[in-house]
Amino acid sequence: MKKCRHCSRRATLHVTEINDNVAVPIHLCDDCAHGYLNGSNAPEDEVPTQAAELAAKLEALVADEDEECSNCNISFSQFRDQGRLGCAACYDEFRQDLMPLLENIHEDSTHAGKRPRRNPGQSASESQLVHLRSEQRKAIDREDYESAATLRDEIARLEAELHNFPISTAEDSND
Amino acid sequence: MATEGEQSAFFPQDMAKTSGAWLSADGPESDIVFSTRIRVARNLAGFPFMSQADADTRAQLVQTLKAALTETGHNLTFINVESLDELDAQLLVERQLISRELAQAEGARGVVIGEGESISVMLNEEDHVRMQILHSGLSLEQCWDVANELDDDLEEQVSFSFDEKLGYLTACPTNVGTGIRVSVMLHLPALRITREIQKVHTAAQKINLAVRGLYGEGSQAMGDFYQISNQVTLGCSEQDLLNNLGDVVPNILGYERRVRDLLLRDNRSQLDDQVARAMGILTSARSITSEETMHLLSSVRLGVNLGMVTEVSIATVNELFIQTQRSHLQRIQGQTLESDARNEARAAWLRERLSDN
Repeated sequence: MKKCRHCSRRATLHVTEINDNVAVPIHLCDDCAHGYLNGSNAPEDEVPTQAAELAAKLEALVADEDEECSNCNISFSQFRDQGRLGCAACYDEFRQDLMPLLENIHEDSTHAGKRPRRNPGQSASESQLVHLRSEQRKAIDREDYESAATLRDEIARLEAELHNFPISTAEDSND
Repeated sequence: MATEGEQSAFFPQDMAKTSGAWLSADGPESDIVFSTRIRVARNLAGFPFMSQADADTRAQLVQTLKAALTETGHNLTFINVESLDELDAQLLVERQLISRELAQAEGARGVVIGEGESISVMLNEEDHVRMQILHSGLSLEQCWDVANELDDDLEEQVSFSFDEKLGYLTACPTNVGTGIRVSVMLHLPALRITREIQKVHTAAQKINLAVRGLYGEGSQAMGDFYQISNQVTLGCSEQDLLNNLGDVVPNILGYERRVRDLLLRDNRSQLDDQVARAMGILTSARSITSEETMHLLSSVRLGVNLGMVTEVSIATVNELFIQTQRSHLQRIQGQTLESDARNEARAAWLRERLSDN
């Protein structure tokens, strides 16, 4: 499949321009072809943005059913629309659908760079924190302040464990 | 570091008249290489990414990160971007200290800036943390050394989201893994004049490097500046990414220099004329648009490098690319200016700076 020279979507218009006696093949998608044919061709040095390329790749992703991340509640279709995940746990929750995308983008799927010096194996408490925050939000929404306060203390305890900062409560952070 | 809400360390009017150290043109190959930039994306463990962060979480992130950055011992100044007016936020964009996205976002957010503006750390942009190191000329290793150290120092204070298989986790899957983007900003007027620039695009894309304009993603190649950067962040080490660019950039520099030599040999009088006209307009115009300024400054920059213009330094030309933009002009003048008045102020500032030297 030929890709559009401007946005990497599937090209549908194929023309050959003659510039200084040199034949230059040009492939364009529907949208860009429209601009080209109406004379508002994109400048030569305009390149597809990574966002546009990602959007095209995301468009091609079709999840069987619209799963939701149990930690942050973002749905896979929401991710597909905005191109941004909701939390670190989404990488696990959507792993099956994400792996082909990652391989498409990076042509690889295993990290080969630096690692945190400190023990990074805290993902369980990380996920729990995101989950507790989401629960706390829900408790506040239904005006269950007792549960919200318990959750707040639990969040502060986990946070202090995870990061180096002293235990603080919501009251402190509003100072 | 100034506390939240205070803007005492940020004086836009003074800042507009000065320049970041990265514009000084004292780095290697800085006749062609405008700057080297390394950006590192990180997210704090235990917090949702930005799209799922409510107002309280955003505020807590800024507070936590600001405190952690203070603890790193680097001499950093916090600017509360949420409280800036549009023009001051734009000033930081023009200086490459923050992105357009951060300037235009909503809610708690900020930037922490180091001395000489070579370090800036955006808080609550697309990711919780976006560290940026910006140096003059081709300085890949030096930039990475600073970025790596800052990353380590910050990691002493907080835990980042990290996965054994996928590396550092980012909001957008295009940045996962190392989370770094290495870019080199090149001034390639000769390749543009001779229309050879398309070959650079094609060659770069073949090896997974992106070519963009002065202000990154989606921006046009203003003033003949082209930014070359890695696209892939997963499956290769930081050193691999540095090496990739380190291998490619000298070839492009060699190509640009060869074409400059050819232009000098075959089109010397035409080039002399183009440079002299550019200098003539910039030193005498009474009103000039930003676009025309960029275009003419590019010719003058080429002229300085080829020895055709001797009364101006590359550093001055570099600074003018930034200082002639809309927010800088208004802060230098100390007043809000409409488009026509801006064009006049731009012409006046160019006359002043170019006759100084």
